[in-house]
Parts: sequence; C-alpha cells; structure tokens
Amino acid sequence: MSARPARWLLGGRHYSEVASLALAAPFLILAFVAFILPLGSLLHESLFLPAPTLAHYERAVTEPVYLRVMLRTLRIAASVTVLTLLLAWPLAWLMARSSGLKLAILVASVLLPLWTSVLVRTYAWMVLLQKNGVINQLLMGAGITSEPLRLLYTEGAVVLAMSHVLLPFMVLPIFSALRGIPDDYSRAAQMLGASEWATFREVIFPLSLPGVTSGCLMVFLLALGFFVTPALIGGPQQMMIATLVSQQVREMLDWSFAGALVGVLLAFVLLIAILFKRAVRLDRFVGSA
Amino acid sequence: MSAQHRQGSSRHAGRAAIGAVAYAVTVFLLLPTLVIMPMSVGPERYLRFPPNGFSLRWYAEYFGDADWINATLFSLEIGVVTTIAATVVGTMLALALVRGRLPGKGLVELLVIGPVIVPHIALAVAMFLVFEQLRLTGTLLGFAMAHTILALPFVVFTVLAALYRFDADLERAALSCGAGPLRTFRHVTLPLIAPGVVSAALFAFIISFDEAVVSFFISNLDRKTLPRKMFEDIDYNVSPTLAAVATMLTLLTIVALVGSHLIKSRLDRRTRTATD
Repeated sequence: MSARPARWLLGGRHYSEVASLALAAPFLILAFVAFILPLGSLLHESLFLPAPTLAHYERAVTEPVYLRVMLRTLRIAASVTVLTLLLAWPLAWLMARSSGLKLAILVASVLLPLWTSVLVRTYAWMVLLQKNGVINQLLMGAGITSEPLRLLYTEGAVVLAMSHVLLPFMVLPIFSALRGIPDDYSRAAQMLGASEWATFREVIFPLSLPGVTSGCLMVFLLALGFFVTPALIGGPQQMMIATLVSQQVREMLDWSFAGALVGVLLAFVLLIAILFKRAVRLDRFVGSA
Repeated sequence: MSAQHRQGSSRHAGRAAIGAVAYAVTVFLLLPTLVIMPMSVGPERYLRFPPNGFSLRWYAEYFGDADWINATLFSLEIGVVTTIAATVVGTMLALALVRGRLPGKGLVELLVIGPVIVPHIALAVAMFLVFEQLRLTGTLLGFAMAHTILALPFVVFTVLAALYRFDADLERAALSCGAGPLRTFRHVTLPLIAPGVVSAALFAFIISFDEAVVSFFISNLDRKTLPRKMFEDIDYNVSPTLAAVATMLTLLTIVALVGSHLIKSRLDRRTRTATD
C-alpha cells in the first residue's frame, strides 16, 4: 500500500480541507462580488445615508402611496398562487396517471413555456390583450361586447399573464408528489370499500400536499418580486413593488429609498423561506409519526 | 347492481372532468406563444390573427437591423461565457460539497440557493449600484458574472444529483489502485456525471440567454442584451418585428429541449452500459 489511502478515503469524502476550499474558491469569490457586496451596499445605502437612520423604511411602510403598492403586490401574488394551484392540480394529476407518448407531450407542454423567454410570453399576452387584439376580436365576434374592452393595464390582466408565466413552477412539484404515490394505495382504499371520491379526498389529495405546499411557496415568492410581466402588462397603473423599485432607481435616482423597499421585500421573502423550511420539516415529522 | 353501475359512471364522470380541465390547461399553457407564430408572417404593420397574407418582411427587418443583431450576438457571447463559467465553477463546488470536507458547508449551501430566494429585482438593482462604480455595466465581464451567479444554483443542484446517483466506491477503487485525484476525476467521475453536467450547461445557457431583469439594469446605451432590446421595443412600440423575434426564440427553445433530451438519453445509455 502506497501513500496511506486512508487519509484520502475517509468515509467516502476524499478531498482534504485545503483541496475542498480550493474547489469552492471560485464560487466564493464570485458570490462575494456579485451577491454579497451588491446586496450589502444597497442595504447599507438604505440604512446609513447620510447617518444611521430608519427614515427610508418608515417612509416605505407608512406613506399611503407606497402602502397601496405593497398591498397590491401581496394581493396579486396571492391571486396568482390560488389561480395557478387550481389550474396546476388537474394537469399534474393527469401527468401522474399518464405514460409513454402522452406523458411526454404533457411534460413538453409544461417545459416548453418554462424555458421560453419570459419576455416572449409577456409579449404574447400583450398582443392577445391589446385593444384590437385577438381576445377583443373574439369577444366582439361572439357578440359578448360591442366595443373593445380595455384589458391591458388592469389587475386582472396582470394576474392572468403572471399565472401563465408561473404555472410550471406549480405543476412540477405537485406532479412529483403525485408521481410518488404508489398505485397500491388507492387500490387498497377501494378494496376496503372507499368510493372514488373518498379515495381522492382521504388518500390522493392529502398525499399531494407536500407538492402543493412547495408549489404555492415557490409561486408566491416568485410573484412577490416579479418585474417584467407586471411592468409591461400592468404599466404604472398597476404598479407592484418591483416596478416601484425600478422607478425609484431609474427615474428618481433615490437609492436609499429603493434600498429600503428592497429591504422590506427581502424581509418578506426570507420570512416565508424560513417558514417554508419549517413547514417541510414539520411535514416530515408528521409523516414519520 | 344499479348502485354499482351508478358509482362506476360517476367515477368516470369525475375523472373525465379533471382530465378535460387538464387538457384545457395545456392549451392555456401553449396557446399564447403559438398564436404569435402565424401573426409574425403577416404582411401588415399591424399584427392580426389570422394574418391576411404571407410575408417574411419582419424577419428581414430583424436581420437587417444592426441594433437587433448586435444585441443577439452580445447575448450569445454572454451565454457562452456564462455556460462555461457556471459549469466549471458549479461542478467544482458540487465536488467540494459531496466529496470534500468544506468548513462552513451549511453557509456555503445557503449562499448557493441565495440567488434563487432573493428576488431578481433586488439583485438587479444591487448589482447596478455596485457594477456602475466598478465600471462593469455594459461589459461582458459584468454580464457574465451576473448571469453565472444566477445560473449556478441550477448547475450545482443538477451536478449534485448526478454525483449522489453513482456509487462512490468506483472512485475509491480508482484511488486505491493508484490513480491520483485528477486522473480519478477525469476517467471515473466525469464520465459518470457527464449527463448531469451537459444538462446543467444547457440550463446555464438558457438562463443567461433569457435573463431579462438583471440585464435590464446593467445594460447601457451601446451594449445591451437581446432581452433588454426586446423589453425596450415592447415598451415603446409593439412592432411585428418582435413577433418574428419571439417566434425564432420559441423555435430555438423547442430545438434546445429536444436536443438536450436526445443528448441526455444517449449519454445515459452510454453510462449505463459502462457501469453494467
């Protein structure tokens, strides 16, 4: 035996601390320059300019104009989460019961939008929702309305387009939860006399809940900070927090206030992320008990 | 018997209803982008559906416009650099996380998922602030760093999954037979995780090529990416050229998805025969 392999092979972890650090070093440098330093500087800007102050935060959470934007952001994010859940569950259920070509086609119908540029999808919705766009043409053709409706720059339009963009993030976790339920479970339930509806209510739906939870949290988190779709579909009329941050930076050049808005957004997101982690653990706890 | 029959038909009705909703949802998912395609070949300045004629005028407009072409080339350039950087840096980190003894491992893992949890608008504005001072806005280096940090979580998770899937004893065997760590990586580890690394690289490219929020802020007047150029055009004039660009991007996504599926299944098969 040469060169004492035991030192390299300790419990399957065969890089030394120095080698591990060397492997991680490029990431750590990049994470510092492109993640820690920028966020740190922005938050510093919001807290210490010119002297230590919470004034910018106070302004963000007390002035009615900004409060309205925050409430709208929460309302839209919640609506999008509910709508995507209602649309995603049936599709995930069908995917979990399919195989072969049918499954491939269903998966493709989720992955294609997921990997298509957000701008392309947002642009498509603008074209559809325009004053003389396809949807208005259809509505007038069917005699539902006599003149084109103003669809763009409404909260409904923002919710619809954002739900379309975020739907794959809801479908995929629910699909993987449903996929993990062995067929035997529903067969066993039915052998014990449960009706189809009871099997669904007592077995399938509860077992899909971990997927539902992570899908909802993913969509809600992404919706809170969404920029492109609300900026283009909602316009200044339906301003959400991301659009407000952009306006403060690009038009008002008020970095401190933009930093405070980002601070509030980050606090929300981190709180949810921490709760999310707990929710998952709690779930596992209940599952093993 | 009649009760049983009733139960059977209601079961059918329930399933059929969920199935019908599910198919309607796939149509909802696909239709908006597919509607754009026929509209992009309409001859008129005004987008209409169905188009009243066939013309490649808007495609010609795109290829004849230096602004569009420069933005596209810049995005491709950034995409290639990001793909290489994210794949190399991410694979190294994944190795350190799985096979190494990394001090502060929990903290490093938190840093990796950071860019997924932190909203892109927050990162975008923060990077704009710092990159402006470092004179990195509008530069290849600035974009590549920004996109690499955004793509890394996906690369690291994909490579980690690939590393966990194969038997670490194979590496141990190579090491105890006298191969150094580098040779072991080159001849044992890398071939086994290759399918994961290839899909990670593809993820990285698509993430970079489509990234709109950070690019919106760290572009400048003379150097902008394709999504930033699209953003400006959508905001100021909804011209049919955009429909042509959107159609080409959708087709490119289809090609990339099918391509990655083919490459992956091929590599998977090779890996399986190698380890059998």
